[in-house]
Formats: sequence, C-alpha cells, structure tokens
Amino acid sequence: MAEVRAEMVANVWKVLVANGDEVTDGDTLVILESMKMEIPVIAEDDGVVTIKVAEGDVVQEGDLIATID
Amino acid sequence: MFESVLVANRGEIARRIIRTVKTMGIRAIAVHSEADADLPFVLEADEVILLGPANPAQSYLDMEKVLGAAEKTGAAAVHPGYGFFSENAEFARRVTEAGLVWIGPAPEAIVQMGDKINARNLMEAAGVPVAAGTREPVTSLPEALIAAEKIGYPVMVKTAGGGGGIGMGVAVDEASLEKAFDQASRAASRFGGEPAILLERYIERARHVEVQILGLADGTVVALGERDCSVQRRHQKVVEESPSPGITPELRERMLAAAVRAGEAVGYRGAGTVECLVDADKQDFVFLEMNTRLQVEHPVTELVTGMDLVEAQLRIAAGLPVEIPRGTRGHAIEFRVYAEDPKRFFPGPGAIDVWVEPSGEGVRVDSGYAPGTTVTPFYDPLMAKLCVHGTTRAEAIERGRAAVAAFQIQGPKNNLPFCAELLDNAEFVTGDYDTGLVSRMRP
Repeated sequence: MAEVRAEMVANVWKVLVANGDEVTDGDTLVILESMKMEIPVIAEDDGVVTIKVAEGDVVQEGDLIATID
Repeated sequence: MFESVLVANRGEIARRIIRTVKTMGIRAIAVHSEADADLPFVLEADEVILLGPANPAQSYLDMEKVLGAAEKTGAAAVHPGYGFFSENAEFARRVTEAGLVWIGPAPEAIVQMGDKINARNLMEAAGVPVAAGTREPVTSLPEALIAAEKIGYPVMVKTAGGGGGIGMGVAVDEASLEKAFDQASRAASRFGGEPAILLERYIERARHVEVQILGLADGTVVALGERDCSVQRRHQKVVEESPSPGITPELRERMLAAAVRAGEAVGYRGAGTVECLVDADKQDFVFLEMNTRLQVEHPVTELVTGMDLVEAQLRIAAGLPVEIPRGTRGHAIEFRVYAEDPKRFFPGPGAIDVWVEPSGEGVRVDSGYAPGTTVTPFYDPLMAKLCVHGTTRAEAIERGRAAVAAFQIQGPKNNLPFCAELLDNAEFVTGDYDTGLVSRMRP
C-alpha cells in the first residue's frame, strides 16, 4: 500500500477520483489550494485508490490524502 | 478631509494604509476574518469589525458584509487596498451610492481598464504602443489557433478579465497553444472572470517596467517615475526596483509621457499603474495593462520620490491638491518576503515562532505579521515587503544584502534565501536581466 500525503498546509479544492477507482502512476488525485496556488496531488503508484479527504477540508503538512492498494 | 476611513483589506497593505490614515488624524476602521483576528492591522486600527470566516468569499469578498461594516461604523470613506474589491467597479459604485467616498478612480475607469482587450484597444487609440494581438475576445481553440498564426509564435495567452498572472501562459506552437488556452479558460471560469481570452505577441527578452501615475483632483495626470518588476516567478513579481537599470533616459521619457496619455484617455483620478513590456535589446516598449489601484510595490516609488502615496490618494479623493516632487532621488529595491520555499516557490504557511525585522539607514519593512501570529493558507503568501534605499543602485544592493541577512523568520517557509541568492546573481547585480531571470536561476 502506498500513502499519499500533503506536502503543506492547504485546502482541498477538488477531489478528482472516487474511492475504488483504478489509478495509474501520474494521475492527478486531488487538487489542493494554498495561498492562491493550485497544487495537484499525483499518484506515484498503480492501484485502487482510497481518498481520505473531502472537498473543503483543511489538511496539515504530512496529513494522509489517499492510499493506493 | 473626511473623518474616517474603512480599510477593506488585510495583512501588510491594510496595516500600511492604517498607518497613514492615523498619521493624518483620521479614524481608521479595520475589517477582518476570523483567521486574521490577531494580526497587527486589526490591533492597530481605531475600530474593528469582524466580517466572518476565513474563506474570502465569506469575509473580505462579501460585499454586503463589508458595506454593512461601513454603515455600522459610520465610515466616511473606503480604501480598498490591492486585490479583493480594489478593481471591482460594482463595489466602487455601491460605496458611492451609500454616500461614502471611494478612494480610487471612477467605476467607469475601472471597467474600461479591467477588460484587457478593451484597455488595449483604448490605449492604441490614445497613441500608446501596444503589442500585436487580438482586438476581440477569443472564445474557442480554433479561433485561438487562427489568431496565433496571424500574430506569429511565440504568443502570450491570458484571460481578458484576470490578473495577478493567474492563467497566463506562453505558447511556442500549436500543441502548447492548446495547453495554454485550456489553462487560461479554466482560470477565467474559476475566478469568475468572463471566459474571454487574449493573445499577444510574446517578447522573448522582455523587461516588465511600469509607470506610477497620479490623476490629481484638478484633472491633470502626472507620472512619478517607473518601477522595474522583471524579477518574477510564475508571472508574479518578487523584486521591484526604481529607477529601472534597463532603460535609457530617452526611453524613460517616452514611457512616462505614454503613461500620462493612458491616464488622460480614461480621465483617471487617484493612484494607478501603467504596466509595459520593454524589449531590452531594441529599447522599445508596449502597453501591457493598467492597474486602477495602489500597487503592492508602491513603497519603491515612495522611497525615491519622498511621497506618501496613500496620503496622496486620500487628498485626491477629498478634492485636495497634492504636492508633486520634481524628479526622483537615489535608488530603491523591494523584496517580497513570501511564505514559500526558496527552491520551488511552493506555499509554506505556518505559525510564526521567530520574527525579527531588519532596521537601519535606508531600510523600510511593511509587514503584515508579528511573532506569535500565523500565516494561514487562505490568502496570498506575502508576509512582508523589505525595502531598501540608497544614493546609488550599488548602495541599495549592499543595504539589501545586509537587511536580508538580518531578517529572521522561523515557522513558515520563506524566500529570504532566494533574495540573498538574487543579490549575488551576476545578471541582477549588473542590472542586465529580464523576466526570464528566475527561471534561469531555477532551471
């Protein structure tokens, strides 16, 4: 299982995939927004994704955003 | 002069405006979000109104709440700062309709300059040089492809209604145009602007040089020198200086005269900025856009002219004369201290544990934060503006090095290491740089 974590404090602007979706390395899972900048969160593995955040959430640096099995 | 001013903004600019308002003996009213309750601008105001939650749409960008705060406090005038409502003609109209003084240009001037395509056509008619580009809004990719073919690659793609570099991109061929067009369209729809795109000829080795103008109460428009804003990352300014080291006195004279014509063309009142692109090799320039508000980098002009631009704005809004100094004095540089990592320039908000500002001869710091406060992810990353002034550019650079080294920040990430690096960069030190400098430093 691969974990995808937030690199910074941010708001979850958009969730682009649903739980159970098959994703591949390089897919954009979530778009974060911090300080008026959009930060795409990218899958670094292939597998089935579980999203741990919802649009509008605030994530802290290091928070879990998704897992890929 | 009016009795009170409500400052419809936050952070460093709200604090900076409040400083002048109080110095002039006027009551300063601050509005703020829940996230900003502990910031210096709130603590330093004479009166404070909480607008709502951190999200700007529910606080600083909620028109009813801001106008309600003005009514409740009996504000006589409203200063919008930059960003937020500063270039919102409807807000300006609503302020005026409520019987308050709007500290800014007439709503009509905001509308005319806010649409970049209209502004460009208007400037061309006024005899201000413009780059080859689209005269009508481009709304589809096929149209964009035809326009780009006509203009000739590379082209700059941007939104007609947007600002702050968001959605801007350079296209070198059809494939990259598709990407740039898509990016600009998404930005246009997202920021509520009209989904109209503008294409312009892209100048490869360009400097971004802008002229500060003031439309006085008696109707005359004056130019207060230029600012070179070519140090940019993601099309956003990081460092600005005045005078520009990259233009000849002859070009400066032409640019200042064109900026005055631009202001006169819209009957401009108050502080405004005419942004231009300068072709460094040909020593020629084209109009880029006009910002109908106070700029982030206005301290650079204040340092070389000795003026207080906020005081000038207030006096003009009150119908009073403003004393205009002859020429400029020395050299000034501003460093935008952003809460971002100094390598990739990614946001790095956080709680401030240590905050020690530099001081000394020729050093000015406009900051929005203090020890114990928190830089949150809800707003732009500007924490402070470190400004230095010297009799020569070399002296200003020397003072910049010392001030950057003396500025201590712990907690949020910050770009001071980048500023230090820039001050030792050969291109910057010689002054022979263009808007590609930062990307050359970070390949």
